[in-house]
Amino acid sequence: MKAVRKKRLVTVLVLLLTSGLGSMLIIKALDSNLDFFFTPSEIFKDELPDNKRIKVGGMVLENSVTRDGTNIIFKITDYKESIQVEFDGIVPDLFKEGSGVVVLGYLDNEILKAEKVLAKHDENYMPPSLDIEK
Amino acid sequence: MIKKFIHQFASPKTYLFQVDRAYPYIFYASLFVYIGSLFWGLFLTSEDFVQGNSYRIIYLHVPASFISQSLYLAMAFASAIFLIWKVKLSAYLVKSIAPIGAVTTFIALVSGSIWGIPTWGTWWAWDARIISTLILFIMYLGLISLHDSFTDYEKADKFLAILVIVGSVNIPIIKMSVEWWSTLHQTASITVTEKPAIDASMLYPLFGSIIGFSGIVFCLVILSSKLQILLREKNKSWVKDYV
Repeated sequence: MKAVRKKRLVTVLVLLLTSGLGSMLIIKALDSNLDFFFTPSEIFKDELPDNKRIKVGGMVLENSVTRDGTNIIFKITDYKESIQVEFDGIVPDLFKEGSGVVVLGYLDNEILKAEKVLAKHDENYMPPSLDIEK
Repeated sequence: MIKKFIHQFASPKTYLFQVDRAYPYIFYASLFVYIGSLFWGLFLTSEDFVQGNSYRIIYLHVPASFISQSLYLAMAFASAIFLIWKVKLSAYLVKSIAPIGAVTTFIALVSGSIWGIPTWGTWWAWDARIISTLILFIMYLGLISLHDSFTDYEKADKFLAILVIVGSVNIPIIKMSVEWWSTLHQTASITVTEKPAIDASMLYPLFGSIIGFSGIVFCLVILSSKLQILLREKNKSWVKDYV
């Protein structure tokens, strides 16, 4: 390789390295602020203030869902801690016990008053017939 | 031998005549594969055990997302070649890929939104994967307007190539966003190291759709680069003969 090309190659590599390093530092500084939601454990650990809008994500705890009209009460859990959620509205079709949800709402005496409930789904795809066999 | 081949292919003229011959075959083959995979995926496979029929948009969303990131990597690669070896053809390619990258990223974003409505219950969330993809889209637009803002092509090519390389850090961020942060978006179903988390009956049409869609987009890149070559070399005598 000619000297001038080698020099340009080094320039390109330095460019890549510095921009990579720069964005790594930015990401490091933002750290958990880029998380879309808190887990129930994080809420109790960090003692988040009441009346502040937050997003909490986790699994809908089995046998915790009670419905009364459009009112729905359930618990979300990360299998370490769980938190009670109260919601008045329509939940997505994918909402069911044992599946993932993200709840937007605010804390009120350790109860999460939900404004919006989103359903999370995982990366597994299969026909329903295979699920029954399992 | 290889060196001679590369040198010949790096000439815009040889490139243009070669791809001119090849691209109709690639286009019709890819179209056939994509339509076949779509038919397979939409009508012949079963619905999903959680998402029912709404998962079927995967046959558009995944190919579009895959190709939008691959195109950026291709641009970064071509930019490096241009900056180091000053190959003019690679500068033309960077410029011609950008708008197609923007369109495929847009398709990925829109199809993702449509998928989000029935499954997540929302069409938009400020989620790490979605934000990083939105940044990719904005970056594509920025690159296009950067190049267009110069009157001097030489400067435009150089600054474009530098910015493409700087922006390439976003690609691993998009890829890893679902691993590094808690996101609404699910993690990857197909990975190099592990068994796919998607059943074989859905996996084969998905692979087909990725290959077919990529082939179609590849042909668009060829057409776009042809236009770029003819535009930039318009004073050459062979271009006058060609047109």
